[in-house]
Amino acid sequence: MLTNISNVLRACAQRNGAAAVVSARTYADFTTEASFEIKKCDIHKLDEAPATEVVLTRDEGLQYYRTMQTIRRMELKADQLYKQKIIRGFCHLYDGQEACAVGIEAGINLTDHLITAYRAHGYTLTRGGTVREIMAELTGRRGGIAKGKGGSMHMYTKHFYGGNGIVGAQVPLGAGVALACKYLENNQLCVSLYGDGAANQGQIFEAYNMAALWKLPAIFICENNRYGMGTSVERSAANTDYYKRGDYIPGLRVDGMDVLCVREATKLAADHCRSGKGPILMELLTYRYHGHSMSDPGVSYRTREEIQEVRGKSDPISLLKDRMLSNNMASVEELKEIDVAVRKEIEDAAQYATTDPEPPLEELCNHIFHNNPPLEVRGVNPWTKLKSVS
Amino acid sequence: MAASVRCFLRSGKNAVSALGQRGFHKSAPVAVQMMVRDALNQAMDEELERDERVFLLGEEVAQYDGAYKVSRGLWKKYGDKRIIDTPITEMGFAGIAVGAAFAGLRPICEFMTFNFSMQAIDQVINSAAKTYYMSAGQQSVPIVFRGPNGASAGVAAQHSQCFAAWYAHCPGLKVVSPWSAEDAKGLLKSAIRDDNPVVFLENELMYGVPFEMSEESQSKDFTIPIGKAKVERQGTHVTLVTHSRYVSYCLDAAVVLAKEGIECEVINLRTIRPMDVESIETSVMKTNHLVTVEGGWPQFGVGAEICARIMEGPAFNYLDSPATRVTGVDIPMPYAKLLEDN
Repeated sequence: MLTNISNVLRACAQRNGAAAVVSARTYADFTTEASFEIKKCDIHKLDEAPATEVVLTRDEGLQYYRTMQTIRRMELKADQLYKQKIIRGFCHLYDGQEACAVGIEAGINLTDHLITAYRAHGYTLTRGGTVREIMAELTGRRGGIAKGKGGSMHMYTKHFYGGNGIVGAQVPLGAGVALACKYLENNQLCVSLYGDGAANQGQIFEAYNMAALWKLPAIFICENNRYGMGTSVERSAANTDYYKRGDYIPGLRVDGMDVLCVREATKLAADHCRSGKGPILMELLTYRYHGHSMSDPGVSYRTREEIQEVRGKSDPISLLKDRMLSNNMASVEELKEIDVAVRKEIEDAAQYATTDPEPPLEELCNHIFHNNPPLEVRGVNPWTKLKSVS
Repeated sequence: MAASVRCFLRSGKNAVSALGQRGFHKSAPVAVQMMVRDALNQAMDEELERDERVFLLGEEVAQYDGAYKVSRGLWKKYGDKRIIDTPITEMGFAGIAVGAAFAGLRPICEFMTFNFSMQAIDQVINSAAKTYYMSAGQQSVPIVFRGPNGASAGVAAQHSQCFAAWYAHCPGLKVVSPWSAEDAKGLLKSAIRDDNPVVFLENELMYGVPFEMSEESQSKDFTIPIGKAKVERQGTHVTLVTHSRYVSYCLDAAVVLAKEGIECEVINLRTIRPMDVESIETSVMKTNHLVTVEGGWPQFGVGAEICARIMEGPAFNYLDSPATRVTGVDIPMPYAKLLEDN
């Protein structure tokens, strides 16, 4: 594994043509793993909280760093493309929240299931999508992960059910996926994510009730980024302790800016589900740097100082970087090389996403039904008969 | 002529049960009588047995044997895992059903009546109907939403709405409306085997009506294709197009009109979406007159769609007079019997 990383990094260095010295030190000089203190989680109806001392290996650290940086750069690129009007419609960016997506995935397996709402680009990546496919979907091209038919809010991969536009609807859906896991006895679980704004939705409580009644292997996760669009949590919830809102469902409140905190909590939650104890709730305290969507500057309901403060003190990527550097788990140059590689990946993807052609008009009516003989679809007027195949 | 059809249809309700005894099917000698509710029960039983991924959830479907006894005996036979009683939380359990379909199961989601489906309609439309398209074919949703639809007897405004037009408006859904016991069995089996979301509109007043079941319909593999209408009665003077309970009304009216020398062709739509327009067109091109009959409200309804489609197609030139729609009165359903019957 170490050899692989070093090969990749060396290759990156060569590609850039820079005569950069990769590192005077050999990779054997780095610490392979270290222990870190993480914040204690608040717990609700649980006997014990996740451990506060956790181990991070060098490999894990580099992987988390790379993935978070990829999400960060991808979202910033999307911001650019949106301002150039190459991406249109809705675009809800995830920068600032990277530790949530990466930490959760680190605590579960790819064979588990996950569903979220519309701020979904980060999860599409952690669940197996490529940057190319994601960006091409944002620009509505045929190479997009949903062939250009879904857009920002409707991206799917294996065991990832989107990308859902209706606030809160994804939570009962996720509970249903968990029901299937229990029914099929496959020891899998389903993570259902929602925001602080969605947390007051009635259907979420309906899902809590059935998940608890039937002991479904469901992890309900509230990504509390303090604002539901323009409404702060104090103005929308009578009880802002979202991890307690499941009442009879055990819950934990987690520092969502620390990828290790998120990972440990997710592991505890996953064990809880897999042992047949039923659902569990997690609240991740996180923050989004962008506004609610690209139409929201994000400064009318919060101050620039607040945003700056979070960026300065709690940025998830900086937190991980500092940890790794101060424990000799990586070098500055090495991380810079990862940055460069990520930047290149994003540039390539953006290039692809802007040059790939749009889906052909013949595809307009396809994918209405599955396993169906071809059918005729009425077009804009009665004599326009279009064809739809499965 | 339209007036007399209309007039008779309104008072035809009493003829429904008598009608059930007369078999309009030219069935094989081995005739078995079955009520619609038992046909639905048999369909579900057979499909539960055939495919382990099929399961039923809804209010009172398990231990109560079904609010209208449609799922009687199924819980005893299949147990808690496959026949699930839900709390009274339609939006929640409809969403759970759709999620289970995403993950590879084949749920039958029962709404105690389709009036309650309004609470869950977002899950039916946005989560079930649209997903296959939004995912460009990656995520299919093999789910059936079923339950009684439309008018019952004396249940008043909030429990009597017909949702055929609402659901049939949406691409990505199939909407089925059986009339007879054979329709019910064959179409429900097709719906369960279909890999797409199907809204299956039953009618509470039809549950207890017995019909003759042909020999072929008694097989475990008997299915009726979704999207094909059936001509229940041949005729030459006027085409009556209808669905569900109102097929009985039309057949009754046809008997009365036959005495006056008017031969009605009665078409049982069976499926509202995708609608079998060709069958209607073929009939209208023969009879030159069209009357649509439904229980739902007139505006933007099933009859309105049929009229528009006929106008847009070849049959228009064969009409000798404008098409007529016979519908429910354009008001919320009243309670008093005299008012409801009218």
